[in-house]
Parts: sequence; structure tokens; C-alpha cells
Amino acid sequence: MSLLEVEDLAVHFGGVKAVDGVSFAVDQGEVFAIIGPNGAGKSTIFNLISHIYQPTRGRICFDGADITGSKPQDMARLGIARTFQNIELFDHSTVLDNLLMGRHTHRQSNFIQDILFLPSVRREERLHRERVEEVIEFLELEAYRNKRIEGLPYGVRKIVEIGRALAIGPKLILLDEPASGLSVEETQDVAFWIEDMRRDMGLTVLMVEHDMGLVSQVCDRVLAVANGKPLAQGTPHEVQADPHVQAAYLGTPEEVAV
Amino acid sequence: MRVVFKTSYDRDIDLHEHGLDRGKMLGLVGLMILLPFLVNDYYLAEAANTLIWALAGMGLMIAVGHTGQVSLGHAAFLAIGAYTDAALMNAGVPFLVAFPLAGLLTGLFGAVIAIPAVRMSGIYLAIATLAVFVIVEELILLLEPITGGVSGIAAPSITLFGISFDRYGELHNFYWLILAVVILVTWGYANLMRSPTGRSFLAVRDSEVSARAMGINVTRTRALAFGLSSGVTGLAGALMGHYIGFFNYELFSVFISINLLLVVTIGGLGFIQGAFLGAVLITGMPQVIAILRDGLNASVGVDLGSIPGLDTVLFSVILILFIIFEPTGLYGRWLKIRTWFELFPLARRDMFRRHKTYLKTERMK
Amino acid sequence: MELIQLAVGGVANGCIYGLVALGFVLIYKTSEGVNFAQGDLMMLGAFVALGLGNSAQMGLSFWLAVPLAVCIMFCVGWGVERVVVRRIFGQPQFALVILTIALGFVFRFVAGSIWGYSPLVLETPFNGVNLRFGELVISMADLLTIVITLALTFGLWTFFAHTRIGLAAQAASQNQMAAYIVGIPVMKVNSLIWGLSGAVATVAGVLYATRGAIDPNIGLLGIKAFAAAVIGGLGSLPGALLGGMLIGVVEPIAGRYAPGGIAIMSPYIIMLAVLVTRPGGLFAQIHMKKV
Repeated sequence: MSLLEVEDLAVHFGGVKAVDGVSFAVDQGEVFAIIGPNGAGKSTIFNLISHIYQPTRGRICFDGADITGSKPQDMARLGIARTFQNIELFDHSTVLDNLLMGRHTHRQSNFIQDILFLPSVRREERLHRERVEEVIEFLELEAYRNKRIEGLPYGVRKIVEIGRALAIGPKLILLDEPASGLSVEETQDVAFWIEDMRRDMGLTVLMVEHDMGLVSQVCDRVLAVANGKPLAQGTPHEVQADPHVQAAYLGTPEEVAV
Repeated sequence: MRVVFKTSYDRDIDLHEHGLDRGKMLGLVGLMILLPFLVNDYYLAEAANTLIWALAGMGLMIAVGHTGQVSLGHAAFLAIGAYTDAALMNAGVPFLVAFPLAGLLTGLFGAVIAIPAVRMSGIYLAIATLAVFVIVEELILLLEPITGGVSGIAAPSITLFGISFDRYGELHNFYWLILAVVILVTWGYANLMRSPTGRSFLAVRDSEVSARAMGINVTRTRALAFGLSSGVTGLAGALMGHYIGFFNYELFSVFISINLLLVVTIGGLGFIQGAFLGAVLITGMPQVIAILRDGLNASVGVDLGSIPGLDTVLFSVILILFIIFEPTGLYGRWLKIRTWFELFPLARRDMFRRHKTYLKTERMK
Repeated sequence: MELIQLAVGGVANGCIYGLVALGFVLIYKTSEGVNFAQGDLMMLGAFVALGLGNSAQMGLSFWLAVPLAVCIMFCVGWGVERVVVRRIFGQPQFALVILTIALGFVFRFVAGSIWGYSPLVLETPFNGVNLRFGELVISMADLLTIVITLALTFGLWTFFAHTRIGLAAQAASQNQMAAYIVGIPVMKVNSLIWGLSGAVATVAGVLYATRGAIDPNIGLLGIKAFAAAVIGGLGSLPGALLGGMLIGVVEPIAGRYAPGGIAIMSPYIIMLAVLVTRPGGLFAQIHMKKV
């Protein structure tokens, strides 16, 4: 049974068809990647799924319910977490606080209880902290726990962002270029974490990625897009071998000849 | 360097990381409580004034420092608080009811105007608050039956459980009342900032799009922050009314809004402590200037009193210098000095280097 | 007839608001910052012209004093950017707001110390000259205000839309880093624009002074001009002018026909209404952050 179903999705900005007629389904427990050349509309598809943009046409179903008209702030509650291509962390807070912010949808207290800091609020804080510590342990962020984001290296921030998404406790996690800007070792770590997320946490992963090595290593299925249109879908090998995909990346043979 | 061994998550949740910190805080509160026995009435009144400014500063800090909503019109909330409290008390409502009600009504007003205003980003909100301020000022004049119009209104003296808290008759009691309010609000504010609500404020300040992805309702969070901010400022306004005794709309000029911004910026944006440091500076400066003026006049015969507007321009220059050289404010500077001593002799200049950011428009075309 | 008479005066008034608003827009267009000292720059410009031109002071000819004042204020604007504003480059927008508010107080203090706080009148060759069109009376000052404002707005609009440096300035506002990379001297452009807005403010100040007495507190008019800029949309030059005129016309008419107090509130009520319905102003540029 598929967790996320996208049907005939399209969005137009003015006359530009950024995404046009994309359909795919991600199964429960699957690692699914969207690949394509720059400007193909991969990130736009992500923004449509996380409802930062509203689609011009098409339907998005999650966990058996139509969520097309939802608001971006409803996503976390539904169980969809995401990371951003250009890291959008809360720069002036510590890593710990950033992760705790991911627990927002699980809060039970209201602001009046918070102001009084009732014992129930403290109990809840301890619980959130335990969840967050699990994420810290999983991603090996212990050394950075009380460091502010501003001073952290790029690679660490990238991982903190994944951690924050995990802290939400999602069913589906959207990773927008998780390996971009990372070293080979760091990329390897990301590959292992994605494996673990699927195996140990039972997560479904949807990612946009350029690094074909990472994609072939961790992904079950791949969707290739170009100019907002779907090109091919299948296992990483099938998609890489597809002539349309090769043409989109390398140009058509005729063009190369000229 | 102090090393804190944490053996439980509670150590992070507690307000103070360290027993020593808690001791220092209690010592400070003790000193403030004993202040009436240590200084004369003139300085006690000044201390009361400083506390009122600190309260108003905390109000603005919630909006500016912790949620990133700049307000150029917070004097309007001071005014609403002061007038509501005074008008209710003149109508026979006891202080114990009128005072919280003044805060509540001001807070509701703030939240209501914030709901459309939150759709606007940064600069536009600042301008909208300025507009609200001008409108409130005019409304005060128009609502003469309640506000006394141009001639103003008297804030009656406070009596609680048969004890007088009159500003002039029982200054000690009045001071303690203000201190109690300030301590309560500070405690609530500190609690807020270690709880999910406070974190959601910070989230909205630092990245709206991420905050949404965390499931935070940005509009509601901003309205809540602005409501709390104006509510606390309203409480400060009510106390200010009692402190002044008889006031009209001129007490709450646009300069008061600017001074409040000064309090939070110079004090240190994003730190509760900053509101207090800023308040000490802004209420202490005129005293220092007055002393200097008298001193110069007596010793070298230079009469600074003949230059009008000197106070304001001094404030402005200090503000400019702070923004250029120490944007983290007095509290930020203090943190750096403390770190330097704690690490001595290992601190490097580089540690406190600011990260330059480049402006990138949020406009798409 | 009375209505038309009010409207003409209102348009002229609105032109002043519009000119000050142009200053806001210039700086907003290049640095996405807002200069809250714009009104005080206008005040200072008017006083510099007065100091140069009035017979009791330097006594230069009006036609010499005004261009000289414009040049001086260009340098003041340029200098403010070089000495103060440049240092907070890279800090959040909010820092510039507070910085310029403080600068406004400094300007006011400077003007007050030199020229005093009592109202002064600028001597012009056309003091009290009126033109009659049937029943309609238009003062020379009003007419000049309208003509000069339109010309200046058109000139600035052309500058931004068609000259290299104007386009560079716009590019700098949208992405400073990228502008650097393609070789735009962002800092120099910023200084130039601040100088320009100082010059425009002086023109506004002189025109304001031709219509009445001035004192160091007229800079508070900046708040109203601000409303004008916001109504038009902070990034639009013609929008600023139209916003100014709208306020200028509504104010006297509200003062004449509406109950007391409404006239003073009217610019802000219009502004709030615009902000609520079209948060980016009437001539809005699309606001949305790309992620």
C-alpha cells in the first residue's frame, strides 16, 4: 500500500510550467528519489508536497487521505517532515533547542501553563528531551548539543537539519539534497543513516539528490524529471539506462555530434 | 573555567544552570527588597521608575527580541494600560481587579491589531505599529469622557486590603508593589522562554518557513507574542500612570516608543536581562547628565543647561555607537567579558567575531 | 469649487509627501533598508537653503542658494552612508531602522543648535505670488511644487529603468553577493543612492519652505511621507508619488467635511487599510521567499 500518492501534479508560475503532470507513488518503508538536471522542478515538487506552494492541478494523497488543500503547518502533524536545500535552521538557538523545536506538534501544554511552568510542563519537557536525545545519539551529535547553529560547520548543520526533521517523529521524511556540499565520508554517513531510518525506524524516505552514487546505493526506486515533466521511473539502474534520461543529462546524440 | 556536571535533564530545564547562579539571583532580589532601607526617597522613586521601564522593556523584548517583530508604537500600549487602569479605578473598580484587567485588555488589543499586521513582514509591521500609535493618540483625545481629553486624568492612589500604596504617602509600599509585579512578570517570562511556547517564538523569529515545517502556526504564534508583549507593556503603563499621578496623552509620545526601543537594543536584544540593563541606562542617564551639568557649571562655568535637546542627542549618539560597535547590547558585551575572564588566558579575539551576512531579497521578482 | 480648491492645495501638499517618500523608496530599492531620517534630511535641506539664501544669513541669490544646498545635502547623504550606515552592513534591517531614527534626532539637534527652534521663513522670489484661473486661485509655490515633483519623479524613474547604474542599484538590492560577483560596486552604489536621497530631500524641503515657515520639528512629516511610500508599495517610485498625493488630497477634505481628529488619522487609516488588503502596497512587488 502506498504511503504517498501524487497524481498529475502541476504548478504554473505565470506562464512558466515549473511542474507539469507528475505522478508517482511512494510505498510504505521505501526509499524513493527524484533526480533530474538543475531547474528540472525537483525542489518545486518538494515544495508542493510540503504545501509551501499550492498546485495548479493534481492531487496529493498521504496515508489514504487527500491532503491537497492543506496548509504547510499541517504537514508535521500529519507525519511529513522535511529538510531544506539551503539549510533553514534557527540560527540563534542551540542544536538542542533546534531539535526540541521539532517536537512542537507533540506539545500538550498551552501558553498559560507554560508561563506558570506547571509540573506537567516539566514532565513533558523531560519526555521531549528523551526523544531528542535518541535523535542526538542516532546522528552522533553529542559534541554539538549545546552549540549555537551560527558557528557550526556546514556538514554538521546539514545533519542537524535531518535531526530536526526526525525529532518531529514523522512517517515520511523529505530530504532535499541531503548530500550536497558534504565530503565523501559525510555522504557515506548519510547513506548509512538513510538505511537505518528505513530499517530501524520504519520511515519512508523521499529525497531529491544529484549524487547518483548515493541514489544507487540507498534508493529502491527513482523518478527522473526534466523541464517539469516526468521522464522515467524504476530502479536506479533502469532509470540510468533510460535513453530519455541520458538525453536530458548529456544532450541527445545528434546534439553531441554537432 | 567552571565545569557543570549534569546528571539529569532537569539541570537543563531549571532556570539556573548552577546553584551559584541561583544564589546570585536571590541575593539581587534580596537587595532590591531591602532597597527602601538603604537609599533616600528621591533615589527610591528613581528605582521605582527604573523598574517600570524594565517592565515595559520586557514587554517590548518579547516582540522585538524574541519574536523579531519590531514595534515603533509601543507607547500606545503604555497609554492604553495607563488609561484603562485609571479609568476603571476612577469608576470605583479596586486596583486588584483594574490592574490585571488593564494588562488583559491591552494584550487583547495588541493581539487583535497583530492579526492583520502579522501578514506583513519586518519593516511593514514596524510602520503599521507607528500608524496604530498615531491613531491611538488621536482616539485618546476624541474619547474625552473617559480619558479627560487634553486636560488628562488622575490615577487614584492604590489601597490593597486596607494598606495604602500611595505613590507619595507610602513610597516604600508603592516600590514593593512594583517590585512584586516585576518579579512575577520576569519569572513568567523566563518560564515562557524555557517552554514550547517560547521556543516557537524563537522559531518564528529565525525562520518562518522552517517554523511552518515544524507545525508551528506562524500567524497565531506572532499574534500571541504580540498580545503578551502589549499586555506586559500595558501593565507597565498602568504603573507608570500611578507613578506620575496625573497625566494626559503627552506622557506617551513617540519618543517614549523610541526610548523603549533604546532600552531593548542597548540592553541586548533577545535577553531578558537586557531589558533591565537598558532600563537602568535610560533612567540613569538623565541623572548622570544632570550631575555632570552641575559639575561643569560650577567648575568651568560651561552651562550645558542652555543647550536644549542635549539629553536626546546624547541618547541618540550612544544608540548609534551601540548599533555599530556592539549590536548585541550591554548584556552581549557582558557575556563576552565574562567568557574572556573564564577562559583567561585562552580567549582569542576571533571567538567573538561576528558573521557577516549578505542581504538576499525575499522578493521573487 | 471649494472642493477643487482644497484638492489643488492637497495635490501640492501631497507632492511634498511624495518627494520625501521618493527618498524612502530610493534607499529601499537599493538596500531594502528604510531610512527613518528621511524627514529630518528634508528639514536639514530646507534649513541649509535658508541659511544660504536668506538675507539675514548668507544672503546668496535664491537661484544660487538652492542648487548649492542640494549639492551640500548630496554630500551629507553620501557622507552618512560612508561613515555610519556602511558600518552596519550585513546586520538585520531592524538595525538600520533604529540607527536612522537616532540619526534623525541628531539632525534635529544640529538644526536646532544652528538655527534655533522658533519658526523661520525662507525668502523666495515668488513669496505671495498667486495665479488666478477664474475662481480658482493657485499660488506660484503650489504650481512649482507640482511641476518640479513630476519632473523629478520622471527623472528618477528613468534613471532606475534605463541607466546602467540604476539597474546596478536594483540588482544590488536583490542579491548583494551576486551583485558583487558580477562586478557591481555595491558599496559605491549605496553611497550614491544615499547622496541622491539627500538631494531629493532637499528639493522637498525647499518646496515645503516656499509654502510656510519651517522649524526643526517639521521632519516629523516624514512619518506621513512614510505612510505615502507604504501605500504606494515601498519599491515603486510612481507609487510613492501617487501615495503622497492620495494622502495630500484626503487630508484637507477630511479636515473640512469629517469630524475632528479624522483628518490627522486619515493617512494612517488609509495605510493600515492598504497593508491589510494588499500587504505589499498598491503597486506591490511579489513577496515570497524561495526555499
